[in-house]
Amino acid sequence: MMSMFQIFNVSGSAVSAQSQRLNVVASNLANVDTVAGPDGQAYKARQVTFQTEMMGQLGQAGAAASAGVKVSTISEDQTPGRKVHDPKHPQADAEGYVTYSNVNAVEEMVNMISASRSYQNNVEVMNTAKTLLMKTLQMGQ
Amino acid sequence: MLNNLTNSLDFQGQALALRSERQRLIAGNIANADTPGYVARDMDFAQALREATGSQQGAAVPKTTQAGHIGIESGLTGARAESNLLYATASQTNLDRNTVDMDRERANFADNSVHYEATLRFINANVRTMLEAIKGQ
Repeated sequence: MMSMFQIFNVSGSAVSAQSQRLNVVASNLANVDTVAGPDGQAYKARQVTFQTEMMGQLGQAGAAASAGVKVSTISEDQTPGRKVHDPKHPQADAEGYVTYSNVNAVEEMVNMISASRSYQNNVEVMNTAKTLLMKTLQMGQ
Repeated sequence: MLNNLTNSLDFQGQALALRSERQRLIAGNIANADTPGYVARDMDFAQALREATGSQQGAAVPKTTQAGHIGIESGLTGARAESNLLYATASQTNLDRNTVDMDRERANFADNSVHYEATLRFINANVRTMLEAIKGQ
C-alpha cells in the first residue's frame, strides 16, 4: 500500500507547482498597466515551465518511479511592450510614447483558469487517495 | 489446509497492490497534465494481475535452460514489474507533445478507485467468512 502514500507526494508537488503558476499569473495581471518597474523598464510578463520530477528510488523491487512535477524555469516574455502616444505622461520618451508592460490580460485569464482547474484536479486526487487509505486502514474489521 | 483459506486472500492482496500501483500511475499522469513533452503511462491490469498471480498457479515463470541465463525470481514477476507499463498515445495532438487526456485519466482514476474499494470489500468479506468459520457457531 506504500504506493498509495506516494500519491500525496505526486499530487502535492503538482499542487505546489500549479499554485506557483497561479502566483505568476497574479503578478502578471497585477502589472498589466505598469509603465515602469523598479529597474526603470516596463514589466515583462512571466511564464512558468513545468518539468517532470521522478520521485522515489527507481530500482526498488522493479517499481517505476512516480512522476511528480516541478517548476523548472520562470522565463520572461521578451516581446516589446505596448506603446501608447501620450506626451503629457511623465514616463513618455522623446517621441511622446509611453511603454506599458507586455502582459496580455486575456492570455493570463486563460492561464489562470487552466491552473485553477489543474489545481482542483490534483486536490481531488488527494482526497480520493485519502478516502481509499482510510478504508484500507479499516480492513478486516 | 489453512492454505485453502488464505489462497484467495493472497489473490485479492495482489490485486489490491496492483490497484494502488495503478492509482499512483494515474495520479502521476494527472499531476503532469501541463508538463510539456510528458507521455502518459498506464498498465494493462489484466496482464499485470496474471503475471503477479501466475507464479502461484505454477505457470508463466520462464525457466533457465542454459548456464548464462538469468532466472526470474518469483519476486520480480510480482505486482511491480516495470515491463507492464504502457505508453498512452494522444487522443488529440497537442502542441507541447503532452499525451495526457484529462477526461480519460479522470475516468480511469474513478474506475480504479471503485475497483480498489471493491477489492477491499472482497477481502473484508473473506476475512469475515473465515472468522465465522473459525468460531463455528
